[in-house]
Amino acid sequence: ADIISTVEFNYSGDLLATGDKGGRVVIFQREQENKSRPHSRGEYNVYSTFQSHEPEFDYLKSLEIEEKINKIRWLPQQNAAHFLLSTNDKTIKLWKISERDKRAEGYNLKDEDGRLRDPFRITALRVPILKPMDLMVEASPRRIFANAHTYHINSISVNSDHETYLSADDLRINLWHLEITDRSFNIVDIKPANMEELTEVITAAEFHPHHCNVFVYSSSKGTIRLCDMRSSALCDRHSKFFEEPEDPSSRSFFSEIISSISDVKFSHSGRYMMTRDYLSVKVWDLNMENRPVETYQVHEYLRSKLCSLYENDCIFDKFECCWNGSDSAIMTGSYNNFFRMFDRNTRRDITLEASRESSKPRAILKPRKVCTGGKRKKDEISVDSLDFNKKILHTAWHPLENIIAVAATNNLYIFQDKVN
Amino acid sequence: QEMEDKVISPEKVEEAKLKARYPHLGQKPGGSDFLRKRLQKGQKYFDSGDYNMAKAKMKNKQLPTATPDKTEVTGDHIPTPQDLPQRKPSLVASKLAG
Repeated sequence: ADIISTVEFNYSGDLLATGDKGGRVVIFQREQENKSRPHSRGEYNVYSTFQSHEPEFDYLKSLEIEEKINKIRWLPQQNAAHFLLSTNDKTIKLWKISERDKRAEGYNLKDEDGRLRDPFRITALRVPILKPMDLMVEASPRRIFANAHTYHINSISVNSDHETYLSADDLRINLWHLEITDRSFNIVDIKPANMEELTEVITAAEFHPHHCNVFVYSSSKGTIRLCDMRSSALCDRHSKFFEEPEDPSSRSFFSEIISSISDVKFSHSGRYMMTRDYLSVKVWDLNMENRPVETYQVHEYLRSKLCSLYENDCIFDKFECCWNGSDSAIMTGSYNNFFRMFDRNTRRDITLEASRESSKPRAILKPRKVCTGGKRKKDEISVDSLDFNKKILHTAWHPLENIIAVAATNNLYIFQDKVN
Repeated sequence: QEMEDKVISPEKVEEAKLKARYPHLGQKPGGSDFLRKRLQKGQKYFDSGDYNMAKAKMKNKQLPTATPDKTEVTGDHIPTPQDLPQRKPSLVASKLAG
């Protein structure tokens, strides 16, 4: 199995899609409740697997274009088929996943195995009939949106109008119509005339869940800009600018790097947005630009390890974050296969581990604790023992229930609230 | 009596450590060089031929190589006189020879 690079539930939560470094997409489907097998309630099993992207070669720059799937976003379901967008660094593809459970039998010109029948042997005319067959799930590419990004795509976001979507790379954001592949509109361009003057890049972008004219994008400098597409065709000038003031005396070499926002997500309500930087998760009220309303420390103990984290490049790791369905809790990943969940109402937080050793199927996860100094209690793990190669960058929360999907390198874990 | 405690943030301690190890580290850490490296991510190849060779090599990694074939040495590294195959004698003897 390859390293998982993105995880996403669909709108109903019945399907869970993962993309990996090898360009493959694997979709899991939740089992229906079955009285004869009560334990299989809510289990996710493989539904479809397909190769979404292949490695390509950019002839102009002599660079390889990785097939790694950066993001998957589902479209709202409109008929029996399911649609999703998957993207690598350069190309976005719209995939249709459909089921086939019937097969036509009794053709006149062909045998059942497909061989052509001898026309002279055909003496009677028959009407082919549909017979049930073993369920087959087919994935087919319906649209390919290519050649619109000079830099590497980091985000895609489907609009609430269900007709358009945006794709963002390091310097530009484009608006597409789902039906049209040969044209896209550039809505944000932060490329300076002189590349020597480059000071920040776009790190993530998302459409507002309800207002189809509003989107946000985050930057490597820790700022978020909210743009309104009604104000102008090119949204280089933001409508709102979110930035937390920094204490100038505490500025260090690492300040800007750890303030870089790796993910931005609107709450389901559309009233808040959440940003993830290297050490914390912040919740912003869209009506207040000058500071976040909530800040949660993910792994503050790493602040005294920044030197080595810079040397081993871990300081550049891009963690994602997600809301639960009711926006009352948020989740994000950390190192050592740990992930953190914060309850916004009770302000309680928990650290859990996604690993085979620490969890048996159907066993309750034990909370973990990192010892920051002084005496290490039993069951605690010291900061220096953390495995920085085991990073949880991608997590997803079921839109309605307390089911979470956690990607730990090349393993996918699905956890549920315990069933009483 | 009063004790003046100067608390140095852990971040600044880490910064001092880094500067001690890499004294010539750029003045503008988040600046252009660092960002431009980010924009240019991806392995660079000499050309598409180089790229396809590398891909083919990866696919063939599972196949065991018997003896290193001397005739296939070019393209992988700069050959030395020892690596090059011996020149085969001409079929037609030169009129200048003996």
